[in-house]
Amino acid sequence: MPISVKTGSTSSGAVTINDFVVKFANVNGSGSASANGMFAKSILRCGVPVAARNIFPSNIQGLPTWFEVRVTEAGHLGRRGGVDLMVAMNPQTWDRDVAEIEAGGFLFYDSTKPLPPSKFRDDVTVIGVPLTAMCNERYQLPRERQLFKNVVYLGALAALLGVEPAVVETILAEQFAGRQKLIDANIEALHMGVGYVHEHLAPIRLQVRKADKVGDRIYVEGNSAAALGAVYGGATVCAWYPITPSTSLAEAFTGYCEDLRTDPDGKARYAIVQAEDEIASIGIVVGAGWNGARAFTCTSGPGVSLMTEFIGLSYFAEIPAVIFDVQRGGPSTGMPTRTQQADLLGAAYASHGDTKHPLLLPADPGECFEMGALAFDLSDRLQTTVFVMLDLDIGMNEWLTKPFAWDDSHNLDRGKVMTAEMLEAGADFGRYKDVDSDGIPFRTYPGVHPSKGAYFTRGTSRNPYARYSEEGAVYVDNMQRLLRKFESAKALMPKPVRQDAKRKTTDGVLYFGSTTPSMLEALEMLEGHGRHLDAMRLRGFPFSDEVYDFVAAHERVFVVEQNRDGQLRTLLMNEGEIDPAKLVPVLHYDGTPITARFIAGEIGQLLALGQIEAAE
Amino acid sequence: MTYILKPQLHHPKLATNNLGFTRRDYEGSVSTLCAGCGHDSISSAIIQAVFELELPPHRIAKLSGIGCSSKTPDYFLGASHGFNTVHGRMPSVLTGANLANKDLIYLGVSGDGDSASIGLGQFAHAVRRGVNMLYIVENNGVYGLTKGQFSATSDKGSKSKKGVVNHDAGIDLVGMALQLGATYVGRSFSGDKDQLVPLIKAGLAHKGAAFIDVISPCVQFNNHVGSTKSFDYVREHNEAVNRLDMIPARSPIHVDYAPGETVTVTQHDGSVLSLHKLAELYDPSDRAQALGFLQSRQARGEIVTGLLYVDPEAGDLHDALDTVATPLNELGQADLVPGSAALARINAELR
Repeated sequence: MPISVKTGSTSSGAVTINDFVVKFANVNGSGSASANGMFAKSILRCGVPVAARNIFPSNIQGLPTWFEVRVTEAGHLGRRGGVDLMVAMNPQTWDRDVAEIEAGGFLFYDSTKPLPPSKFRDDVTVIGVPLTAMCNERYQLPRERQLFKNVVYLGALAALLGVEPAVVETILAEQFAGRQKLIDANIEALHMGVGYVHEHLAPIRLQVRKADKVGDRIYVEGNSAAALGAVYGGATVCAWYPITPSTSLAEAFTGYCEDLRTDPDGKARYAIVQAEDEIASIGIVVGAGWNGARAFTCTSGPGVSLMTEFIGLSYFAEIPAVIFDVQRGGPSTGMPTRTQQADLLGAAYASHGDTKHPLLLPADPGECFEMGALAFDLSDRLQTTVFVMLDLDIGMNEWLTKPFAWDDSHNLDRGKVMTAEMLEAGADFGRYKDVDSDGIPFRTYPGVHPSKGAYFTRGTSRNPYARYSEEGAVYVDNMQRLLRKFESAKALMPKPVRQDAKRKTTDGVLYFGSTTPSMLEALEMLEGHGRHLDAMRLRGFPFSDEVYDFVAAHERVFVVEQNRDGQLRTLLMNEGEIDPAKLVPVLHYDGTPITARFIAGEIGQLLALGQIEAAE
Repeated sequence: MTYILKPQLHHPKLATNNLGFTRRDYEGSVSTLCAGCGHDSISSAIIQAVFELELPPHRIAKLSGIGCSSKTPDYFLGASHGFNTVHGRMPSVLTGANLANKDLIYLGVSGDGDSASIGLGQFAHAVRRGVNMLYIVENNGVYGLTKGQFSATSDKGSKSKKGVVNHDAGIDLVGMALQLGATYVGRSFSGDKDQLVPLIKAGLAHKGAAFIDVISPCVQFNNHVGSTKSFDYVREHNEAVNRLDMIPARSPIHVDYAPGETVTVTQHDGSVLSLHKLAELYDPSDRAQALGFLQSRQARGEIVTGLLYVDPEAGDLHDALDTVATPLNELGQADLVPGSAALARINAELR
């Protein structure tokens, strides 16, 4: 067995407990994802929160992929930035991986093949474990050698960081439940890693200690949570077309429906169609919505672009539809496996002509579930397309989030539907008549009554009784009613979440979605430097009056978002007629999740600049 | 305003069907198409077919795309819900509507511009999924609403009204439907109501993807010498392979033709198709033979019409998805929402 390379002591410096970042650099397709996931889960089982993120290429096999685990007893679930322990398993990216380690940090690598000293850094502690040699000695099949290498490093890391091997064993047993041979083989590989550390190395100063900070929270991807929300929201028709990063939402919906919506005789209380493209997907959703079923599609920016014609039809003909937009880096094909919040304007104003559409803005998987269900009530109530705006960071990463909860007394809101009884009783049915002055008309489901309630749905202009009309006054009247309806939507949107600074301040900050954990951490950091800001998290569009009141009550409002053009800022300016000078953009859009360091740095700098100006 | 309501007064002696509806009850608003348009004949054939089938009008959903043909659902079945969708996208909307409620009868009306150009993909996929529908293409080989451009079904060598020769190969939707797995395929001519009405009736009764291509000459832009979709050309080159009589499930079966010349096919719903053979050796249960026959006749410039293929035992998309008997849009809260107890289990699995 080759000798491991050891430079420096593995236990130098002050011990850091439950607050560090471990990053795994792997080659995709090597089976590392499952081992890395178990690493994160092991720490959770120690009662210590983690924030884990996949950083992966648009590729199936052979390209670099990273998995970042932030161990955070304080519960900061945003991406921190910087790496304390790099598990460098990919020679292709070695140099940049090594460069990324914080001074005084650690480099873990496969020491089977000796590397020249120039490949290391003096200010980083190097931990070598001859993973390949160990696996080649123990296993015969190439695939086994490859896969168990991941489990051996899992064991080594557990021993280095002070995680009890028994915790990892439990997770392995859950992972491979029912396949005892596989469990035994994995536990053996785990202990090869543990044993090597005990024999040749020592625990490092980054340590995991048992805590009680996870509580009853669950660990789940936003896409899966949103899919479960769709089940609870009563969705029966799902039409979709595969696109990263939304594919796993449709797949999760399929899984949950098989589990929760299948009759004892195997019959399905749902219908899922993988359509030929995004246009057909939304077409199926619109057809099902027209016919009284709750229907959705899930997609990403390129899909929304393709769907815009139908979104306009849904707006104008007033047909319920739900679209989960799991945003990725745009424009065009952009960065398919990177995250952004850059579809906000595209979704809010999708399609030609004067249109606008309600948006829900979940900040974590818990809200993906809630808003995933709520979207169906809203789209039925408002008879229009409702978007649920996830992004890759929330959608495809497992987040620690509040447990799913459901109020069994909640009745699904099917909106204003005129029944056969109402028609029989002589109700005057005008499909586009504003009977309640809220801009929301009644609709009927096809087939409702033998002689009443039928109408012809069209994307052309028509009068309140759904009859074709090109009269200017009739058209304007209808467009005004649609505006009233959008105004009615305001009250139905989830309220913004306000967090006031500890001291009175004239500075505010607006943010939404996956920016949330980093924003909250940044506020703590800024407060530590004596910078105080009132904060408001937006959860829906159209914006409620609280949002405009918040802006009015502050002299300067930072708008933090993950796109180049300040799309939330534009929406605020456009819809609220807010003076652009008042809204200061803080923009992060390189495709990686925004960090607290970035936000605090940017806002801190802007505040300091402001002070200089004031002093002058 | 191009929307004109028809007067609701009926002649007191107008014949009623067993449901008590007159033929007028199946009509819609006044057509705004050109006088003599083949599409109006098709609307009239649809009205007659539904009247004779004694279908309650409100149990039919009519959907269309964009174009002259797609305007027609306004002109028939006024008591049915209708949906004039977007260009070329009727098939997906119909698919969604069908998923929501399997109990209605779905009639998709489209044209050659709508289905053979922008909508070719959606046409193909709705057919291959076996959506339970009758899909009618009112095929005139020309863009009427935009005044006379060639459509994708125009035959190569066919001349436009302005004398331009079409140099692109024509798309044959019947051949495509057969190849894509449609389980009921027919072709007819708007000028031959005797042939068309039974084809529509049997198509409406068929379970699975039924498709009828109806050659429907455009009197304004495609009815001249040199066009292969003119009244004269279609009459001269029409080769009907059979004559269909459609006997609904509940009617006593009576076949007029002498034995030996007639084949009877019983469909899923019990309706009987009595097919009087006109072409020797043509077998409408043989998909491959149908394709070969069509292509050989097409090469000779002939237009093969009749019931070209039928699989009476066909299933549909709901069978493939194994959905419950209750229409999905009628499922209630208890059927749809698993409740808090199921969440407790899911939460436990995610810790």
